[in-house]
Amino acid sequence: MSAILPLRLEEVSFVAGGRTLIDRVSLALEAGTSSIILGANGAGKSVLMRLMHGLLAPSAGRVAWSGEGARRRQAMVFQRPVMLRRSALGNVIYALDAAGVPPVQRERLAAEALEEVGLGHLAQRPARVLSGGEQQRLSLARAWALHPEVLFLDEPTASLDPGATHEIENIIRAFDAAGTKIVMSTHSLGQARRLGDEVIYLHQGRIVERASIERFFPHPATAEAAAFVKGELPWT
Amino acid sequence: MLDTLASGLRLVATLDLRLWQVVGLSLVVSLSAVALAALLGLPLGAALAVGRFRGRQAVIVVLNALMGLPPVVVGLVIYLLLSRAGPLGELGLLFTPQAMVIAQTVLVLPIIAALARQAVEDAWREYEEQLRSLGVEGTRAALTVLWDIRFSLLTAVLAGLGRASAEVGAVMIVGGNIDGVTRVMTTTIALETSKGDLPLALGLGMVLIGIVLALNAAAQLIKEAAQRRHG
Repeated sequence: MSAILPLRLEEVSFVAGGRTLIDRVSLALEAGTSSIILGANGAGKSVLMRLMHGLLAPSAGRVAWSGEGARRRQAMVFQRPVMLRRSALGNVIYALDAAGVPPVQRERLAAEALEEVGLGHLAQRPARVLSGGEQQRLSLARAWALHPEVLFLDEPTASLDPGATHEIENIIRAFDAAGTKIVMSTHSLGQARRLGDEVIYLHQGRIVERASIERFFPHPATAEAAAFVKGELPWT
Repeated sequence: MLDTLASGLRLVATLDLRLWQVVGLSLVVSLSAVALAALLGLPLGAALAVGRFRGRQAVIVVLNALMGLPPVVVGLVIYLLLSRAGPLGELGLLFTPQAMVIAQTVLVLPIIAALARQAVEDAWREYEEQLRSLGVEGTRAALTVLWDIRFSLLTAVLAGLGRASAEVGAVMIVGGNIDGVTRVMTTTIALETSKGDLPLALGLGMVLIGIVLALNAAAQLIKEAAQRRHG
């Protein structure tokens, strides 16, 4: 099976309602590193990830994956988990079914994924009565079961308490250890440092800076990124 | 007054044939109408919820307005269509239970379609991205959403049934309230009251209220059970 990475964006723009939300973005995402997308509210982080994941079609430019069947070898976890009205296990089985996994394997793979995120004991619980943190872990289990090559995470811990955030971060590390490319947006600079290898800094729909974590935080190269890092520090 | 109430109760309790015939026809007519309206209204509501076309907002406004359609007006329109000189007069349906089913279907269809539209639209807004991310689109996505909100849809259908079984204007006009043929609970109550046979009217009234209460209780119970089981 050939790899679907690198992912190349060529002069990608996205316009909605007369506003340019993503402005001629070009970049290549390689396997192996965890990429953190940073930027102020409205900088275009979510839109950029949705363009990469294929949920939005670019107004101009091209989003190109390297290998065949890229659609099924990537997964996305959203800020607010969306759960179907069935059990936790049923939600993972549904994802496996959608991915074309044969019925005989679904239940076992789903159970394994739930164990991986520490929800094995809640398998039969209705997904929608789980807590916010548990639901987000369930979204990660749904992704885990699919063994994606790339995992997009759109502010996955934005509405969670520190304990739940810690658990989510551990699972994201497990994805990384299993060889899944992480592409994540976050507002927490601490989280970016803990999980990221590199930062892609967005400002008004454009990538103004891309650097390794070690370089970015002590010495942001652009004024926008410097202001962002400085402004956010007291709260992280 | 108390005597009347007692006689009414006696009619209900002794399974008075005349009374239960009327109740039976009521149920057959209203259930058939609701079944038809659900068959047409649920897909219509779902299509309106996810479809994007010109004039969609206008259709939704009209549909919501039609929820409050006056039964007598529906009766009148169906009467004109089915009357001997009307465009559908050939069918000879006027003053038959079928005509009553048609009228109630028209009355209930907007209620079921409008409530289904709202339920599907809310769910679709929530699910769309997640389902597309999982690679689920088209018919499969639609079926997933409809199955997930099946209890809300059932509530919409029960609301339609409540409306159908309680209305009098439409069935009175197109059915003609013919004894033993098209006489249902509501029309009988109206007639017997004006004739002065209060026990029968009151007995039927109690049955009718009982049915409407039971429907609403059922809707409530289903909703709560679904909430508990599925969140």
